Amino acid sequence: MHNFEFVKPSSVADAVSALAGEGAQALGGGQTLLPTMKQRLAAPEKLVSLSGLAEMTGVSSAGGVMTIGGATTHASVAADAGAYPGLAGLAAHIGDPAVRNRGTIGGSLANNDPSACYPAAALGSGATIVTNTREIAADDFFQGLFSTALDEGEIITAVKFPIPQASNYQKFVQPASRFALVGVFVARYADGVRVAVTGASEEGVHRWSAAEAALSANFSAAALDGLSVAADGMIADLHGTAAYRAHLVKVMTGRAVAAAS
Amino acid sequence: MPDGGIGASSKRREDLRFLTGRGKYTDDINLQGQAHAHFVRSDVAHGRINSIDTSAASSMPGVIRIFTATDFEGVGGIPCGWQVTDRFGEVMQEPKHPILAEGKVRHVGDPICVVVADTLEQARDAADALVINITPLEAVLDMKAALAEGATKVHDDLNSNLCYDWGFVEENREAVAEAINNAHHVTTLELRNNRLVANPMEPRVAVGDYDFSTDEHTLYTTSQNPHVIRLLMGAFVLGIPEHKLRVVAPDVGGGFGAKIYHYAEEAFCTFAAKTIGRPVKWTSTRSEAFISDAHGRDHVTKIELALDENGKFLALRTDTHANMGAYLSTFAPSIPTWLHGTLMAGNYTTPLIYVNVKAVFTNTVPVDAYRGAGRPEATFQLERVVDKAAREMGIDPVELRRRNFITEFPYATPVAVEYDTGDYHATMDKLLQISDHAGFEGRAALSKANGKLRGFGIAHYIEACGIAPSNLVGQLGARAGLYESATVRVNATGSISVMTGSHSHGQGHETSFAQVVADMIGVDENQIDIVHGDTSKTPMGMGTYGSRSIAVGGSAMVRATEKIINKAKKIAAHLMEAAEGDIELKDGQFSVAGTDKSVAWGDVTLAAYVPHNYPLEDIEPGLEETAFYDPANFTYPSGAYGCEVEVDPATGKVTVVAFSAADDFGNIINPMIVEGQVHGGLAQGIGQAMIENCAYDDQGQLLSGSYMDYAMPRADDLPMFTVDHSSITPCTHNPLGVKGCGEAGAIGSPPALVNAVVDALQRAGHNVTHIDMPLSPDRVWAAMNS
Amino acid sequence: MTRVAMTVNGKAVTGEVEGRTLLSSFLREDLHLTGTHVGCDTSQCGACVVHVNGQAVKACTMFAAEAEGADVTTIEGMANADGSLGTIQQAFQDFHGLQCGFCTPGMVMSAAALLKENPTPTEAEVRAYLEGNICRCTGYHNIVKAILAASGQSVPAVAAE
Repeated sequence: MHNFEFVKPSSVADAVSALAGEGAQALGGGQTLLPTMKQRLAAPEKLVSLSGLAEMTGVSSAGGVMTIGGATTHASVAADAGAYPGLAGLAAHIGDPAVRNRGTIGGSLANNDPSACYPAAALGSGATIVTNTREIAADDFFQGLFSTALDEGEIITAVKFPIPQASNYQKFVQPASRFALVGVFVARYADGVRVAVTGASEEGVHRWSAAEAALSANFSAAALDGLSVAADGMIADLHGTAAYRAHLVKVMTGRAVAAAS
Repeated sequence: MPDGGIGASSKRREDLRFLTGRGKYTDDINLQGQAHAHFVRSDVAHGRINSIDTSAASSMPGVIRIFTATDFEGVGGIPCGWQVTDRFGEVMQEPKHPILAEGKVRHVGDPICVVVADTLEQARDAADALVINITPLEAVLDMKAALAEGATKVHDDLNSNLCYDWGFVEENREAVAEAINNAHHVTTLELRNNRLVANPMEPRVAVGDYDFSTDEHTLYTTSQNPHVIRLLMGAFVLGIPEHKLRVVAPDVGGGFGAKIYHYAEEAFCTFAAKTIGRPVKWTSTRSEAFISDAHGRDHVTKIELALDENGKFLALRTDTHANMGAYLSTFAPSIPTWLHGTLMAGNYTTPLIYVNVKAVFTNTVPVDAYRGAGRPEATFQLERVVDKAAREMGIDPVELRRRNFITEFPYATPVAVEYDTGDYHATMDKLLQISDHAGFEGRAALSKANGKLRGFGIAHYIEACGIAPSNLVGQLGARAGLYESATVRVNATGSISVMTGSHSHGQGHETSFAQVVADMIGVDENQIDIVHGDTSKTPMGMGTYGSRSIAVGGSAMVRATEKIINKAKKIAAHLMEAAEGDIELKDGQFSVAGTDKSVAWGDVTLAAYVPHNYPLEDIEPGLEETAFYDPANFTYPSGAYGCEVEVDPATGKVTVVAFSAADDFGNIINPMIVEGQVHGGLAQGIGQAMIENCAYDDQGQLLSGSYMDYAMPRADDLPMFTVDHSSITPCTHNPLGVKGCGEAGAIGSPPALVNAVVDALQRAGHNVTHIDMPLSPDRVWAAMNS
Repeated sequence: MTRVAMTVNGKAVTGEVEGRTLLSSFLREDLHLTGTHVGCDTSQCGACVVHVNGQAVKACTMFAAEAEGADVTTIEGMANADGSLGTIQQAFQDFHGLQCGFCTPGMVMSAAALLKENPTPTEAEVRAYLEGNICRCTGYHNIVKAILAASGQSVPAVAAE
């Protein structure tokens, strides 16, 4: 990979100022960024490490909202987010154990890989992405493949998840990468059900509004019976056709509803 | 008799270094002053190189030299080790395979130039500053289209993209056609044997070194056969005589075929070390391995089986297109021919067989042997068409196989090989027992209650191992002999070093080979050291592939040990003043028959090296013998495999819930190691059938170029296996009665799995007769919903 | 170049690294601890797994500079003090849980992390935990057995003699 300057700030404020320069990039757990840099597909001049910043680490719950620091690892969320079992279960199956010990929620959301798990949780929960400058609703945050509302140098310091009455994430894995070929996050709130889909669409993570409406009226897998997902706009690749992914969206949604707790 | 010896599950001695991080793999070798090579490879499948501007890159920090094809004028190309003669009596078309691309690039990954710098990162930084101008050309990818009139040619100087059109047995062509035309029933199947990437976990590495004071070259390389590399690279590429070229393959992290071949990177590092006067190291990344290691399989086949009204096989015809890739890798031409066509009889008495193979050049990575090599392709199509025939004729698949099993041995097949021994009913019986075949219906009912479709698939395989009789393969086009060698060096205190031409890269030879010698002499196996992997230490050997190590290398070791024992008996006879013919060796003691006189192994070995009281007029001092063993025939392991699957009807996902393998490997040296070999082979075969797929897009870009898209079997993809090797019909023509076990698992398992999925779907009422591998969820789902 | 200091297998070490120097490179090339292997470049094979502050991580997917001040354990630190094989290592030998040995260091390190988290895992839990460790030789059968045995659970012995 190209060489760069490694910077390890001791506070969010220091990190923000370190990121202000040209060619600087934030480093979360690096579980996606390092492989990308090895391929020389990313060549930051400066990497600003956010891992270990105490003010960005940890899981806490208050008033029905779970707040997770942006530098919290997947393993920590899996272990500490018991108050939100759908989210903890999702975190427990990202990557593999070693990846989960390094990868962070902030890094995953900022990257917005179209097959990543966390974007489905954030969108499916109607979460709020907290940065060093503002708060962004998940519905506004994800803007297509690898694209988000974040500005240059902006850091995800925390994510606030409203805790639902019931939730579940179903991932149908792509057999090689073990990312989601299709992943569906279902969360049932007092004011309705949210369904977010990852892995499937050429537009990245998105909500399935027809399912949300049907499930809000009747929270059971049977409520999906009359629905169908169009293959248009679905990803087609070596691992699945667009029609197959569209089919899986419905199957995985039904299973998530059935398993929601 | 000390513990251990033949038949014992001795623990592996090599494990101690591997488990403590002290293995010495090629990438662990760093030489004083070494420079690093970075290969710049084509990112287009086919193109004309207009220019390479190295000026900016040359002045980058740390750059020592940048090599292009012009540096290799006068150097030979990478040779092919096998020449196939086509069905018209013409030799195959054989293109030049340059070390670095000359004029054209012919596959994504084809090396264009090499940057050598002080550090690897400097070499890579400099590579970014190269300006390479290439005009893309149409990529030749589809094999049938490649053979059409007027198709773009991969090699402009060849007549076409056809390497050869091989017919076997050509004399049977008409008779087979007539038998098929007149048969009661003909089952036809068209299928693809998917392209695979071997993926040993250790990527390839080469370190070249040169000593100006002695004019000696040394290459450290990740190879299954260092002598073969020395011969090919020394004699055909670089023109270095054997005594000035040492090739060392230290601990090697798996091979599976991909590390048999001589690769450009080996020749480059050897060449460049002398050119720049410093050792040169190249370490492949995994992504680089996907575009530079030889691939495997990639056959497209139509197979027809003719049967009479009782299900007796009358004739078999196959028509295969075999992908060679852009160049001929070392053994590539032999795989779809002599390692494939000769196995098309399988375990059956089919009297008439005709195999046609068209080998085709395409703009893809060269294809060569991968675990099983030709035999998996033969077994897959045969066991699939037999299963399909059984279903079409309403005969139980087990019963149809039994009706056609060969039962008398030796058996000369109509495809030129003679099976020395086997008992296919025995392995089938054993399989049905260990897989609880009788209980399947009960398990299927449970699956159904859980909303899953359960199926059971069977395959019976035969393979030809113990490769191979040199005079035979010579007639078939091999440009090498396939004997093996061993030197047994007994030291003065009785310890023993065995230098073998076989190479161990996971097979555990250091343990199992020692067991054989220990057993023959009657000493503890810990007294024996197995030395391999260094041309300066071992006699000329042909290496490890084709499940040949114990059958050929082990036999050479037995022959050398027999010589040792004969000489030791002479010395013992002298020491005990007895007749040589009366000397018996048991448990490391020499005794005179019918007396209580004896001398210990150590007394004799000491006498050999301290010959004070010694018949110097009759016997030379010392105790060291070498033997070369050239087998009389192939060996023919066989076995019955059973796969039980569950299919999720909602997603098409296949889960292998049980897999049983009943093999006949002949005699077994170390059952623990043998079972491990079967487990690994099964995982690779199940991987091929379920998830592994090396695929190109229509521009010749590799779609599965990393572990992000090439699915490797993981622990949670596989069940515990049930394996058995108690059906034993010893090989009749080698001294140990062994057959070899390295490839069986990968050969028998793919058809068993596909047969199981077809069974599951048909039981559920789906009219599905075939799905091409890998049986990924989307393909299974599409088949169910078509 | 940046100066890094960390503890590796109980010994304090220092080194000069570039920003881009991976922890795996630092261990292999600077410290000559070549038991940590690199088998891929997409963070999937797991041959490079080491423990950093007690947690399994992929040493090829972490910069050496990120391990500043950390306590690192590699395969070279897993044997008993007298040099004999540790429990997990011994189980791998006893149950033939390795063939070519290349993935083995990562397997042992992942197994150690698993058994620390979950002292008596089920077969399914072992298989799931090994999601990030690829072996091409063993079909995992004997690796799974070795880990179950190392956890003190009863598993069938290797092939009967």
